[in-house]
Amino acid sequence: MEVKDVTSKNAGTGGVLQRIAGPVVTAVGLDAHMYDVVKVGNEELMGEVIKIQGDHIIIQVYEDTSGIRPGEPVSNTGLSLAVELGPGLLKSIYDGIQRPLSVLVDKMGNFIERGVSAPGLDREIKWDFKPTVKAGDEVGPGSIIGEVQETNILHRVMVPPNIRGGVVKSIKEGSFTVDEVVCTLEDGTELTMMQRWPVRTPRPVAEKLNPDIPLITGQRILDGLFPIAKGGTAAIPGPFGSGKTVTQQQLAKWSDAEIVVYIGCGERGNEMTEVLIEFPHLQDPKTGKPLMERTTLIANTSNMPVAAREASVYTGITIAEYFRDMGYDVSLMADSTSRWAEAMREISSRLEEMPGEEGYPAYLAARLSEFYERAGRVRNINGTYGSVSVIGAVSPPGGDFSEPVTQNTLRIVKVFWALDAKLSQRRHFPAINWLNSYSLYLDSLTGWYDENVSPEWNKIRAWAMEVLQEEAELQEVVQLVGSDALPEEQQVTIEVARMIREIFLQQNAYDDVDTFCDMTKQYDMMKAIRKYSDLAYAAQAAGVLPQQVMAIRAKNELPQIKFIKDYKPVLAEILGRMDEEFNALRAA
Amino acid sequence: MKEYKTITQIAGPLLFVEKTEPVGYNELVNIVLHDGTVKRGQVLDTSDELVVVQVFETTAGIGRDSGVRFTGETIKMPVGREMLGRILSGGGKPIDGGPEIVPEKRLDITGAAINPFARASPEEFIQTGISTIDGMNTLVRGQKLPIFSGAGLPHNDIALQIARQSKVLGSKEQFAVVFAAMGITKEEANHFMADFERTGALERAVVFLNLADDPAVERIITPRLALTTAEYLAFTLGMHVLVILTDMTNYCEALRQIGAAREEVPGRRGYPGYMYTDLAGIYERAGIIQGVKGSITQFPILTMPGDDITHPIPDLTGYITEGQIVVSRELHRKGIYPPINVLPSLSRLMNLGIGEGHTREDHKKVSDQIYAAYAEGNDLRGLVAIVGKDALSERDRMFLEFADLFEDRMVRQGPYEDRSIEGTLDLGWELLSTLPEEQLVRIDRALIEKYHPKYRGRTQPTAASAATE
Repeated sequence: MEVKDVTSKNAGTGGVLQRIAGPVVTAVGLDAHMYDVVKVGNEELMGEVIKIQGDHIIIQVYEDTSGIRPGEPVSNTGLSLAVELGPGLLKSIYDGIQRPLSVLVDKMGNFIERGVSAPGLDREIKWDFKPTVKAGDEVGPGSIIGEVQETNILHRVMVPPNIRGGVVKSIKEGSFTVDEVVCTLEDGTELTMMQRWPVRTPRPVAEKLNPDIPLITGQRILDGLFPIAKGGTAAIPGPFGSGKTVTQQQLAKWSDAEIVVYIGCGERGNEMTEVLIEFPHLQDPKTGKPLMERTTLIANTSNMPVAAREASVYTGITIAEYFRDMGYDVSLMADSTSRWAEAMREISSRLEEMPGEEGYPAYLAARLSEFYERAGRVRNINGTYGSVSVIGAVSPPGGDFSEPVTQNTLRIVKVFWALDAKLSQRRHFPAINWLNSYSLYLDSLTGWYDENVSPEWNKIRAWAMEVLQEEAELQEVVQLVGSDALPEEQQVTIEVARMIREIFLQQNAYDDVDTFCDMTKQYDMMKAIRKYSDLAYAAQAAGVLPQQVMAIRAKNELPQIKFIKDYKPVLAEILGRMDEEFNALRAA
Repeated sequence: MKEYKTITQIAGPLLFVEKTEPVGYNELVNIVLHDGTVKRGQVLDTSDELVVVQVFETTAGIGRDSGVRFTGETIKMPVGREMLGRILSGGGKPIDGGPEIVPEKRLDITGAAINPFARASPEEFIQTGISTIDGMNTLVRGQKLPIFSGAGLPHNDIALQIARQSKVLGSKEQFAVVFAAMGITKEEANHFMADFERTGALERAVVFLNLADDPAVERIITPRLALTTAEYLAFTLGMHVLVILTDMTNYCEALRQIGAAREEVPGRRGYPGYMYTDLAGIYERAGIIQGVKGSITQFPILTMPGDDITHPIPDLTGYITEGQIVVSRELHRKGIYPPINVLPSLSRLMNLGIGEGHTREDHKKVSDQIYAAYAEGNDLRGLVAIVGKDALSERDRMFLEFADLFEDRMVRQGPYEDRSIEGTLDLGWELLSTLPEEQLVRIDRALIEKYHPKYRGRTQPTAASAATE
């Protein structure tokens, strides 16, 4: 395969700058195609062609354009904006155009200056390559030809999807850098461990499959009430301070995907630092290895160039697709897609395009759906199965869900986790509103829960939702007349709903045990609440007063099982006492 | 330097200049009036035919006969240690009658983004002495925590109290203060200056004043000058700097004014679509860098138009900053100072700076418990208004009383009352002890036994908590 480096100076025909207005510049005399990567000005800033108008080539520049003048040269690399894919992606922290941030610190210090380029994959590191095919074997597009133990993740080296393939002439085992040839085909095609892929083009798949396996996140309200499937799409919209970022980070930490791609798109620098510092120390609950070993981070904070923010989302999803092609389950978090949409709006307004709703470009909906459509559980072209689940945070201005980004996102995604500022104000975390949220995967996942949790699970889930729904209606009455005025039975309902909320739904992300809750524990907790509910109604029917039912002491101890790792004996003991107390009540 | 007399159009703060040599984007421009006065501006749009210049002062006196000089460099700020104790205009010129500042360095005012990889995580607890901040919305060094206020509320007093009392426990070093005023009245400015002088804070402060009658467009550069100065003090001289920016609402108005003059497609409520990016360029200039001694902590103040937190200015700010302190008109009317409403307030970095080794092990749980109890009590107030106190259950009445007690004891404090964090947390326990122990569901047993007044024997157990035994 031909390996070209966009950072080299293999310029096509050159042009000159004619106009500079912020991140959008105009060049004339340049031979260019749409989405070609160009070098702008004497400092060779990286840019991308986004519009062609007669002889005027409009370019968005990924770096600050201060001081650039008309008349400075522009050259075309002839390549589209692409990422480098190969060993070295994991544990890396990139900016929006795949420049490793650690290398940038070495090259230009603590602040991000411009005009410095750095390849996405390190050219010096040697990786131990073990072939999985031998000379004479036939390989096609996407075929796995060898393996590299990258971290605890096995990196499968593949034939790029755009190479026709053929018969292997020779393949080498040993230590190589990513740009050394490891395999030659009969027709002379040379393959390295690295491939390049244009970020705006989805990588091909053989077939999209139905989403029937849940992505287990260890977050009770998500797994229990509003699950997302592997290969599914979810949106987390919420006003600021409602816990979007914490929820996203929890998902990145605990979801049972093998690979995590986390895109910090236009968000806070200090928050990215928290991720950067925390992830290498956090343990993957399954392997015991640092989470960072299976993670690629993309950090394009709010004050980094806006055009690179626009690109960051594509950079991330292309990396995710690449790991999917190896047969992995990948989850991709984009925090926040609203900042991405705003980057589009900013570029669009500099292009003086006719705006759509609230100044966003008319193609906003199309771009969003193209992006989310790159998610899915698939059979890859090499026959393996993999998935990319996409979880996008949305930051609606003023918490108003009727704004264009939220609305256009909701039309595409299947899961909606509605964050609620009111809940976070009373420190109910995760502050996901159980009445407004939904998951359209419930039906397709029923089979999985039957088989892997319990045939009772789907029923108990439906029961919990019913209680919560009923509570919401009762609360309206309580708001008017006070809780004492309710019939006795409904007072019990309110109490049970409170237990579901406080015991099951509330989860402490900062507690070592409670931060992750597996499905068995979730089921046990829900069963315990259900048990109290059944006993309470039965006792009441037998004439026990509601005050007495509420005063059962054992139930007050239920919340602590959240924080106990080996909870089973404790829970059994509490439930035993609950039985005794109820028996005593009824006997009286 | 070449001088052009080719101004073709003047519209609001914008000049359109033709037939120039190639001019750089964002370059500093000097405009020479016929009487010799020089005004400053910046290039917003440049092409081989037309250059658009934004003037930072009033365009009064500029005509087609005025000369335009392009300086060939972006706007730079002369900075130096001597700036401490000085008062400068919103454009960076000394206005305290003192000498010109001798620059140790000249820095680009736009400032480059800190590489997220080079940042250190903020985790040093700053004790402000205000219970609602220290106890419940803890500030840490390197954070940006805005004050969301409304017209006529005492946000300036709160900011001053923070500037006066802030300290890192166990560190003798005091904060240097960079104060940038944008469009505030002379009277407000005097209030700040008088306090700085009285407390001696002025010696370690740099003050930038763009007053209400100064040109609005100048406000665009005032915060950038202030932050460039702060970055020099922090990251070159190794100081810990507290930056107060007031009032960001005026800044955003100026931004809108320029957007309108450029005939840009407006975003929400007429503010430019790039306001998020623009504000991020200001607020993100806070933080700590690994291996570098100093730090920048930001306190932007903004008044929410119509007390509306969903207005684009507080809204976009809240999405960039690490939390917000919300000043409430309702509490102010009740005569409570500082009228900080903790419910919509938030410090996102709180968890990094509290707990064992920072404040005290029970901090997080106590704060969560107070939040939950106060939120519940506050909700009940709505109910009381409809059904009266008598219709409440025993439990509800306790929460209602807790809410009143919380506002009266925890929120209310004197403008010169500097509470220690232990004092704040103990006060929290004292308030929580008015609730039955089994209602303290957010606190583990072990902590209750260690800190609850009943077990510590500091205060008499109240009737309510005794009843649970």
